[in-house]
Amino acid sequence: MIEKGTWVEIEKIVLLPKDRAKNIPKETKKTALKCWIKGNCLTDCELDDDVKVVTKTGRIVDGRVVDVEPGYYHSFGKYIREIGDIGKQAKKIIG
Amino acid sequence: MNKYEDIMSRKNDIMLKSVGIDFDRYERGKISFDYEKLMKDVGYSIDEIIKIQREVGVGNTPLLELRNITKLARKVSKTGKAAGIFVKDESCNPSGSFKDRRASISVYNAVKRGYEGVAAATSGNYGAAVASQADIRGMKCIIVNECYDSRKVGQPEILEKVRKCEGYGAEVIRLTVGPELFYAFLKILEETGYYNASLYSSYGVAGIETLGCEIAAQCRNRFGKEPKAVIISHAGGGNVTGTARGLIKAGADNTEVIGASVDLSGLHMASDIDFNKKSFTTSHTGFGIPFATYPDRSDVPRSAARPLRYLDRYVTISQGEVFWMTEILAQLEGMERGPAGNTSLAAAFAIAQEYDNDDVIVVQETEYTGAGKHILSQLNFAEENGIKIILGNPKDQIPGKNIIIPSHPGLVSVKDEDMEKLKGSYIKNSLKKLKGNTVDKIDVKFLAEETRKSSEQIADILKKNNIFIN
Repeated sequence: MIEKGTWVEIEKIVLLPKDRAKNIPKETKKTALKCWIKGNCLTDCELDDDVKVVTKTGRIVDGRVVDVEPGYYHSFGKYIREIGDIGKQAKKIIG
Repeated sequence: MNKYEDIMSRKNDIMLKSVGIDFDRYERGKISFDYEKLMKDVGYSIDEIIKIQREVGVGNTPLLELRNITKLARKVSKTGKAAGIFVKDESCNPSGSFKDRRASISVYNAVKRGYEGVAAATSGNYGAAVASQADIRGMKCIIVNECYDSRKVGQPEILEKVRKCEGYGAEVIRLTVGPELFYAFLKILEETGYYNASLYSSYGVAGIETLGCEIAAQCRNRFGKEPKAVIISHAGGGNVTGTARGLIKAGADNTEVIGASVDLSGLHMASDIDFNKKSFTTSHTGFGIPFATYPDRSDVPRSAARPLRYLDRYVTISQGEVFWMTEILAQLEGMERGPAGNTSLAAAFAIAQEYDNDDVIVVQETEYTGAGKHILSQLNFAEENGIKIILGNPKDQIPGKNIIIPSHPGLVSVKDEDMEKLKGSYIKNSLKKLKGNTVDKIDVKFLAEETRKSSEQIADILKKNNIFIN
């Protein structure tokens, strides 16, 4: 159970495929335009429920709950060998 | 009329309310508008802009000499010579990029006009800049950006920008790929009544002029002369326009204005498949060419960003070369900066080799770095999305298929875009909205100014297109 007031992420369909712009590639046209917004839920809820949230600017938005207390997971990543010697090579050239 | 068409039919009204500029007042002739009046009506002199920016810690950034990179350029140069390479460290601005110069003036203007909040449609550093300025000025802020493909896979650089905007307390609306970002943005403007801190507004572009002025002044102080060339990353055109206008206002009339973009040719900017096949979300040809040849595709009816008025030269460089330069900047100069902000530095490395040892060229920006805005983030993401990373000759690069890290500094080069072709496209696009087949004399003058051609040359081109002058 997600308690009222919890910071959640909701998903909304902005435009169904049939309502999308005409001049876009077909691989894009066959998908819905979706968005994700974060806010504090105004009622108790569960994942996947439709719920109203209040955003940081005070807007009330409704959508499907897809994440609770969403974090940030973008990072740096693995060692990439192709960039491993760039600095060493350049330092050798300038002596 | 569906939902999309319904909002789009109201777009002029929504724009008028959210920008507070009546663009109709500037229209002239059949296809022209009074650009200089639009810019003049910003109403702040350069000194006033400097004052506003100083108040919020924006501008007055260091001009740094890149001695080791210059040495490297001279070692690989065919002539054994290369211009001294200097960089404006714009990452020193409060939110980490030159975009603070734009945002400081846009948001200041929003406050003056009495708006409750500001909104911007951007996946770039501009969002963070607007959010940061909104905090300082006590405004609410909404950023709408294009962040994911339809699988909800997010481009790491954009995810970092989301994090930063949310770190500033802004509301961020993250969309899947598509030009209907504009539709979503219009809906927000209509619902909230917030100010549209547009990338293409005259206020934002005026804010960048101080960058050009600083470059001219710092070079005069240090070298007793203006730089031979300033290299500026080009996407929507505001960066080039603002910096060039600043250089001109400071009297640096002989400084060559060179635009640089990452080459993403072959990739479609609205494709759900191509979206995550690129490692750069800004400063690339996907924006650079369309906005040079049709600036008024902007959200506002008339863009203040008009690059063909100011560009002396426009070059492109590959993704791998920019990543290479990012690593070089870190390891040779002890400066870690974000990759997208090194587009013009990578181009400058090659361009410097066309000049003499006592020439000075200035790279106009850097940006902050961190998770997502880093070569490791981008190269790992590229590999995960099926892009091959190869050490080799950048000439073999195919955007969307591979990223080629130059196996030797001597392989770094730029490709020149055909300025005549771009100008021709621009003129064709301008004539598309012409009703009938005559133009007024003022339209000839306008097209000449827009493309830096003479009125006679324009008259010739019009004749070839069966357009007559009243």
